[in-house]
Amino acid sequence: MFTAIVAITLMALIFGLLLGFASIHFKVEGDPIVEQIDKLLPQTQCGQCSFAGCRPYAEAIASGEADINRCPPGGEATIQALSDLLEVEVKPLDDECGVEKPKMLAVIDEDRCIGCTLCIQACPVDAILGAAKQMHTVIADECTGCELCLPPCPVDCIDMVETKPNPNTWRWPDPAHVDLKIGDQP
Amino acid sequence: MTDGLGSFPGGLVLDGQKKRSTLTAIRKTPLSKKLILPLQQHIGEPSTPLVAVGDYVLKGQKIAKANGHVSACLHAPSSGTIVAIDDQPVPHPSGLSAPCVTIETDGEDRWIERQPIHDFTALTEHEVRQRLRDAGIVGLGGAGFPSYIKLNPGVHHHVDTLIINGAECEPYITCDDMIMRERAEGILDGVEIMRYALRVKHCVIAIEDNKPEAISAMEMALKQRPHIEDTIVTVIPTRYPTGSEKQLIQVVTNKQVPSHGLPIDIGIVCHNVGTTYAIGRAISHGEPLISRIVTVTGKDVKHAGNFETLFGTPMDELLAFCETQREPGQPFILGGPMMGYNLSGDHLPVTKTANCIIVGVDEPAPDIKPLPCIRCGECATACPVSLLPQQLYWHSRAKDLDKTREYNLFDCIECGCCSYVCPSKIPLVHYFRFAKTETMNQQQERAKSDVARIRHENRLARLELEKHEKELRHQQRKAALAASQANKENAEPSQSDSQEKK
Ligand code: SF4
Ligand code: SF4
Ligand code: SF4
Ligand code: SF4
Repeated sequence: MFTAIVAITLMALIFGLLLGFASIHFKVEGDPIVEQIDKLLPQTQCGQCSFAGCRPYAEAIASGEADINRCPPGGEATIQALSDLLEVEVKPLDDECGVEKPKMLAVIDEDRCIGCTLCIQACPVDAILGAAKQMHTVIADECTGCELCLPPCPVDCIDMVETKPNPNTWRWPDPAHVDLKIGDQP
Repeated sequence: MTDGLGSFPGGLVLDGQKKRSTLTAIRKTPLSKKLILPLQQHIGEPSTPLVAVGDYVLKGQKIAKANGHVSACLHAPSSGTIVAIDDQPVPHPSGLSAPCVTIETDGEDRWIERQPIHDFTALTEHEVRQRLRDAGIVGLGGAGFPSYIKLNPGVHHHVDTLIINGAECEPYITCDDMIMRERAEGILDGVEIMRYALRVKHCVIAIEDNKPEAISAMEMALKQRPHIEDTIVTVIPTRYPTGSEKQLIQVVTNKQVPSHGLPIDIGIVCHNVGTTYAIGRAISHGEPLISRIVTVTGKDVKHAGNFETLFGTPMDELLAFCETQREPGQPFILGGPMMGYNLSGDHLPVTKTANCIIVGVDEPAPDIKPLPCIRCGECATACPVSLLPQQLYWHSRAKDLDKTREYNLFDCIECGCCSYVCPSKIPLVHYFRFAKTETMNQQQERAKSDVARIRHENRLARLELEKHEKELRHQQRKAALAASQANKENAEPSQSDSQEKK
């Protein structure tokens, strides 16, 4: 009799859990305008816009709660894209949120890391690998450069380094800005 | 011989400036003390090193392996010791550095054991391709696309025509001309192997009519091999940019490769003569690709000519060998005057795609600022791809990248005809290169941010799940507690209940 009660409670809980999980996984695409805005945000998930990630910021923009100039990682290009999408004036980046910086990458000094796992808990995109008491390391390709792992580290062993340009990511300079000598190649 | 030829719109008749570098035979560049070998000298993924610092390597030994399908192997051009695997300046318009393997040569030039194949028909087509992949062969005409891929028609395609590109339409460059004059036999070795790998009979060796010596050399060699059926030398008019793949196909076959399509879609495969020669060497002599012929020319070069140069040879050593009047740091052009770019580094290595170095062009363009576009339409008339360069220019300038794509920016072959004819001297091609790299960068960034979004959402889902699990455990504990309490209460009246529970 008692076993039956336990079993039923358990089942109820498991179903509840399944439902909860399903609601996240099979969620109906929300407001299309939020989706569109979210697509334009850089997905650094740094929170500098004062929201808990890019999507919440997108929701705030869509509802008119927040201005379009609060995302430092996106900078001028994102503001331009948002102004095109929403047909509002372009504004300079709100300096209360931060300044536009070159893209950075977190690097853990593996000799100093004590393996406390605090950075893993802070990383918004699960880009840090490691287990308790083991040294930790950042998956460079996945790191968005959000800097959220820096404050929790008790031994201050994470550095932000500028991502080095290489011939494959290099871009031809804008000819409108460089004083091209005619006869220069091309 | 020239009937049935087609043509392409636009294009230019340019002063070839080819004489200077064709007066002497191909010479060998002396062995350099240091050979610097970028891991990426081809289109695709960089190769992965197979050696470590301190290793001794033999000439022809594989030092890096292809990384995936579109990639190429790399071999030691001479014997010696690996002294570094690190970032070194590479010949790229950015002037940036990239991973390189550096060999200190021991001067002995000792070969690894080679495995020449005397009868390639004993191999399957697949084995031929595999050997060419292992030999690190890439297109030597300039693009550096792994050749073995272009020798695999796949199951969905049938190849009707193999075109050997000996057009060499760009001024100053003569390395293909010289290789046809001097090594026609070797080129035909390659032709036979390619016909076999592609299962194609019909083969056209296309040469511009400004290279009479090359034409007769190829025709003579072909006469010596009557068993190569259905293979002809076709003389085509000299016009820039005939040597560009899609334009050459239009001239030779009168067929047009669709926009966004590949030659194989219309049953055609096209390979450069230098590549064809390298393919012959790789199979018939077992030699991997470790050197190429580089044209060094220009008005500031004393001994202009063509030089068989090991990959990794610093360009300044090659230039010193030809006695140029170049000062250290002075820029020079890599490639031709139309499609090449300026470089100024000193120790930049010769790579698989380095076809020509020009020090001092004969008629440098006057040093004036670009004027506004007068909408004359000259650029559109000159464009061999029938694009609208003027429109592309406006949209590139305004950074309206979506619009540039609507105007088929990515069909632009960067031939430079439009810039050349523009009366306002607008650097049109520079704008198009800018817009292309800008677009590709945007796409890369968008792909990266999509990944970040998904990872973030997955993390949120995971946290949610963990929260539920925690709650579940909490509830369980609560239930267990309640149960044990209930048990205690029930313990007195009946023992059997608690027994049953166990
Ligand atoms: S500041 Fe930009 S990148 Fe950072 S969370 Fe907000 S929207 Fe995302
Ligand atoms: S927070 Fe710092 S010490 Fe802790 S695991 Fe991360 S890097 Fe190591
Ligand atoms: S550079 Fe591009 S746009 Fe200009 S003529 Fe050549 S193909 Fe046409
Ligand atoms: S040739 Fe130059 S000036 Fe004439 S339409 Fe083209 S870009 Fe404008």
